[in-house]
Amino acid sequence: MNGATVIRNARHWRTGERLDLAFDRGVILPSPLHEAVRVIDARGLVLAPGLVDLHVHLREPGQSAKETIERGTRAAAAGGFTAVACMPNTEPVLDSSAWIEWVRARAEAAGYCRVHPIGAVTMGQKGEQLTEFSTLKAAGAAALSDDGRPIMSAAIMRRALEHARHAGLTIVCHEEDLTLRGEGQMNEGRTATRLGLRGIPAAAESVMVRRDVELAALTGGRAHLAHLSCAESLDALRDARARGIPVSGETCPHYWTLTEEAVGAYDTLAKMNPPLRTERDRLAVIDAIRDGTLDCLATDHAPHTEDEKNQPFDQAPFGIVGLETALALTITHLVEPGHISLARALELWTEAPRRVFGLPEVRLESGYPADLVLIDPAVLWTVEPSEFHSKGRNTPFAGARLMGRALATICDGEITHLDPALEVEGSSRPARRGAAAGSESIAARG
Amino acid sequence: MNRAVQMDDAPAPLGAGVFLQAGNGRHLLGLDGVPRESLLDLLASAARYREKLRTPRWISDELRGIAICNAFFEDSTRTRVSFELAEQRLGAIHTTFIASGSSLSKGETMLDTLRVLTSMRVDLVVVRHRSSGSPAFLARHLGAGIINAGDGEHEHPTQGLLDLLTLSDAWNGRFEGRRFGIIGDITHSRVARSAIFGLRTLGAEVVIAGPPTLIPAEAETLGCTVATTIEEAMHGADGVMALRIQRERMEGGLLATLGEYARLWGLTRERIAQMRPGAVVLHPGPMNRGVEIAPDVADGSESRVLTQVENGLAVRCAVLARAAAAIGEGS
Repeated sequence: MNGATVIRNARHWRTGERLDLAFDRGVILPSPLHEAVRVIDARGLVLAPGLVDLHVHLREPGQSAKETIERGTRAAAAGGFTAVACMPNTEPVLDSSAWIEWVRARAEAAGYCRVHPIGAVTMGQKGEQLTEFSTLKAAGAAALSDDGRPIMSAAIMRRALEHARHAGLTIVCHEEDLTLRGEGQMNEGRTATRLGLRGIPAAAESVMVRRDVELAALTGGRAHLAHLSCAESLDALRDARARGIPVSGETCPHYWTLTEEAVGAYDTLAKMNPPLRTERDRLAVIDAIRDGTLDCLATDHAPHTEDEKNQPFDQAPFGIVGLETALALTITHLVEPGHISLARALELWTEAPRRVFGLPEVRLESGYPADLVLIDPAVLWTVEPSEFHSKGRNTPFAGARLMGRALATICDGEITHLDPALEVEGSSRPARRGAAAGSESIAARG
Repeated sequence: MNRAVQMDDAPAPLGAGVFLQAGNGRHLLGLDGVPRESLLDLLASAARYREKLRTPRWISDELRGIAICNAFFEDSTRTRVSFELAEQRLGAIHTTFIASGSSLSKGETMLDTLRVLTSMRVDLVVVRHRSSGSPAFLARHLGAGIINAGDGEHEHPTQGLLDLLTLSDAWNGRFEGRRFGIIGDITHSRVARSAIFGLRTLGAEVVIAGPPTLIPAEAETLGCTVATTIEEAMHGADGVMALRIQRERMEGGLLATLGEYARLWGLTRERIAQMRPGAVVLHPGPMNRGVEIAPDVADGSESRVLTQVENGLAVRCAVLARAAAAIGEGS
């Protein structure tokens, strides 16, 4: 977008001070006193760097019935995100530079936010032959992961961490011992026992967390522990931090909002991996967010088709969508009850994930990228999956009354999401990144 | 849904209504949550059918015009034949399909298969499927009444009812103050769950026992107590059921050998003798003689194994009649 956009009367996400901010051509300008082509009156709204989600499944290539890069990033923009890291468990797996480049090119052309592909650790995510880490990095891979297909061989994991350290990449670990999971469908406990469903014990996760902590200690390679769900894993992460081992960790909104009881009567919308755990685990997750054991938050946005989820419980796939409810679940269930401040919550979705992957910093200061989000932290709304931008409607939060919402998202200086409630003088409709040609005419009208 | 989430405007969780009304109306999805009065009504009805079925050449037209499809996605000779005979005795129109080699192998989903079948104006579907919860799933999606004939490792409610009828006879209709032991692989047993839920509702105490690998997590939340030895479970009991042990449990470390299982958990004459006078022995069949039950116990005077089979036919008549009546009432 050419010509400056000015955001007036916003509240700074960290300091709480009143803030005017101008940007042009994707960069924040030194002074807000520009001749503005567009003016956003942000009275009552919080201005923050764009949110970052280190854990999404955009499903392309190969699974576009579930999600596409276009729809997934549109959902991200609607959720306040300006960057996502997408997992390589696609068809084919992102295990070569060609596919990493393909995802980036497709995101450039069709995407509504920055997309940082995560390359596979092993060819085909089979846990055997390592991929070329340095080549994947050169092609644009932001990290490495065999997400969904944990590397069961400790020896392969050790070598991967050694190579990853040399390549300067973090390995994102889906912590799950497949032999302990067996045919498990949900958390091992009273609900599984009552429903006659095979259980997944918490130890299936924590055993692998302990293993990978030791391997990170052995190798000095950086391990980022994805979607931690149980108290024992968080204890292990806490121990590792105390020992100075290079590991970091994340959790997801469903682990601080729901327990295994949400499965109720075989509700496949409450089926994810790792599974929803117990109330004790849910409280431990909140504690680990409060005390800084967990580095950042992520969604594990995992879209599936309605048909796939509409099956008997043991046949339905694991996973729920998360991009369009994450911010509100954070405000409603972490900030509103007083567990953490709004500033801390936003830090966990902005600076913290950028730090974990070493992504470029975004500050609300001159010269930084115009990756921004305007949030109404007090607005109440009801989750209506049919209104999602994502192709996936598989959420257990349908009908939930939540607080807080992104009213505008700006990525690289483009307005990628604009809530109808927010009036903008000048420009209007959300644009894709790199859709500058299209936005010219809008700018001209202003 | 967890209380931590505000769900003021939320619709009821998927299927919760069906699940809670598991034994109401035209469906019988499980015994979990079925009220005491409904259980007693079904048992009384089954007892009446049992008398009628003992009359030579007895046949009724009670289910005349009711079309029933027995959908067995995994075969079970005894349950299938029992349902078919009950349907024939009550004069229903019925058809049976066994999934092996049918449309499922052509990639059609269970739901599509049954939508096709129920489009042929089927009133009731009797379903056996390996997936726990599949009858509840079908009840949400099909117009027909669903009778659970065994779903995975969840419930087998007609088996539970026939066990209740057998015990009701042995206990003169009084469940309060009675203690019943269930021995073996509780984790994978739909028979055990239905028996536990039914017995608890009627006021009996249930004690389970078996190898620690085959006792499910937080088993006591089912409403039973967990004994650590078979002797503890059987001492002073008014009855016991041995569950069938599957050979495949020896894979993956759930069991060491069948010999060790028999020594630790098998019903023997010595162990039977620890029960109260008049106590009975049940087994859902088919029996592994010499493993979970010694031959002299299987054939002993306490054994009610064949009574259970007779009661199964009567119970299924009662269940089908009730479901058909609910259809007539338009519920």
